[in-house]
Amino acid sequence: MDISNANEFLIWTRGSGFNIAVSIFIIGVLIRILEIVLLGRKQDLAEPRGTEWGPGFKNILSRSLVDKGTFRRSPFVVVVGYIWHIGFFVCLLLFVPHIELLHATLGIKWPGLPNPLVDSAAAVTMFAMLALLIHRLMHPVMKFLSTYEDYLVWLLTFLPLLTGYIAYHRMINPYPAALGLHLLSVELLLVVFPFTKLMHAFTLFLARWYTGAMMGRKGIES
Amino acid sequence: MSKQSLLDMLQQQGITRRGFLKYCSALTSLMALPPSMMPAVAAALETARRPSVIWLSFQECTGCTESLTRSHSPTIEGLIFNHISLDYHHTLQAASGTAAEQAREQAMHDNKGKYLVIVDGSIPLDNPGFSTIAGISNVDMLRETVANAHAVIAVGTCAAYGGLPHASPNPTGAVSVGELVKDKPLINIPGCPPVPTVISGVLAHYLTFGSIPELDELGRPKVFYGQSIHDRCYRRSFYDKGKFAMSFDDEGARKGWCLYRLGCKGPMTYNACATLKWNQQTSWPVESGHGCLGCSEPDFWDAGSFYRALSIPDGDYAKAAGYAVAAGVAVGAVAGVMNRSTKASAVSQHSPVSVDDFSVNKNNNQEG
Repeated sequence: MDISNANEFLIWTRGSGFNIAVSIFIIGVLIRILEIVLLGRKQDLAEPRGTEWGPGFKNILSRSLVDKGTFRRSPFVVVVGYIWHIGFFVCLLLFVPHIELLHATLGIKWPGLPNPLVDSAAAVTMFAMLALLIHRLMHPVMKFLSTYEDYLVWLLTFLPLLTGYIAYHRMINPYPAALGLHLLSVELLLVVFPFTKLMHAFTLFLARWYTGAMMGRKGIES
Repeated sequence: MSKQSLLDMLQQQGITRRGFLKYCSALTSLMALPPSMMPAVAAALETARRPSVIWLSFQECTGCTESLTRSHSPTIEGLIFNHISLDYHHTLQAASGTAAEQAREQAMHDNKGKYLVIVDGSIPLDNPGFSTIAGISNVDMLRETVANAHAVIAVGTCAAYGGLPHASPNPTGAVSVGELVKDKPLINIPGCPPVPTVISGVLAHYLTFGSIPELDELGRPKVFYGQSIHDRCYRRSFYDKGKFAMSFDDEGARKGWCLYRLGCKGPMTYNACATLKWNQQTSWPVESGHGCLGCSEPDFWDAGSFYRALSIPDGDYAKAAGYAVAAGVAVGAVAGVMNRSTKASAVSQHSPVSVDDFSVNKNNNQEG
């Protein structure tokens, strides 16, 4: 790749590319959430037997923990699923350049981890994701249930990790090309995010809270 | 070319043979040559003749010339620069006007096909009148002078990539030397200004081998521009440990921690500052407590604030996000209303289904 183009590419991904991706992401996420929330529910006329808010939040937490039955049936998916989710968030939220980005854009910051730790987390996360992809392809039921969207979402989640790893280790020269590719992969993820199952990152809170709140209202333990 | 060799000239200036050999050793390692090449370098430099050099200054600030000539005390680098026969240089030559232009034409005539052309500054193409010398436009002077040159060296970021004049909105239509000179060997020595040792190192390479050094994709000598500032930075370990200066006068800054968060562009910048340093190896920008600006990279003026970390987007993302929130809420509200009306019409059209609707007889009747 021509380096002068690489610099222009990096300037675009840090400028217009980022603006476009963030705009699509925000618009898409707001539409999806408002669609759900504005739909409303029919008024429940039955007398409540308990509260809604407390059990709702409790349910968000309790359903994030491992379910024994699920674990017994498919321990691999549960364990490796946790590993890659945690690893992904370590990379996203505890790498100092990312914290700088979040501080500049959202105004919040926290301490980061030393780079070698984040680097190891990235490697572990990528291995875990690869293992899950192989599992998906080998398992007859999962393979049958998988659609193109599942593979697309896997790829778009994997690419920011891969390109970030490549950029950190400077495996593509010149560096502006490597960093530009990393930013572009994140921008692709942001653009596709609201229109795929990646929306679960937001909707899981709505769904779990609602289930818990309903059970709380009926006096059932959430 | 004059008959006086480089060693003769250096000895006249009081440089001992020992000092000269030490310099040759440093130069050999600087050029990433095996140590066994040192005697060859010394032998070649000892007998090197003075090449004729024509230095053209276009849209520039003279900083590159200053970088090379204003060192605190005479250095071997400076003396090597003195050794070349600088037949034309606006700032340094005594002659002016017609006499100066005659000197250029004379040098071109006498050393046809053998002289070096050094250019600093970019060339305006929108209107030739934006920058002229003795009534000759920069582009005409460059084409005429380069026509019979042996090689061309573009010194400084303006000559190598267009630099500041080329920065958006580029009012003069400035271009680099490389965009105009396609048929001659071209060495880019970018930097704002370039490290003087790099300029003299390239000249020494030319004197030693009579050829141009190995170049990267951007026409830069790989020996000097092969590694990034970040990779050779003495503060790199702090980057890896996650120890950063958060402002220019906090505890981290005083302890010499990494300047990434203060906008250092070291990770994307390829130059030799971290190893060769400035002012006779006294210091360099990062050592003095300021992040790298990325001055040896193309478009560095357009790459956003010098004081924003490289990972921070450069556009007006707050404005974009504001519009996106407004648009998202508006479209989401419309979609919500439409969904509610769909739901309401479904409810109103709902007709109860009884068990009879699914009875075998009824189905049979319908089919019959």
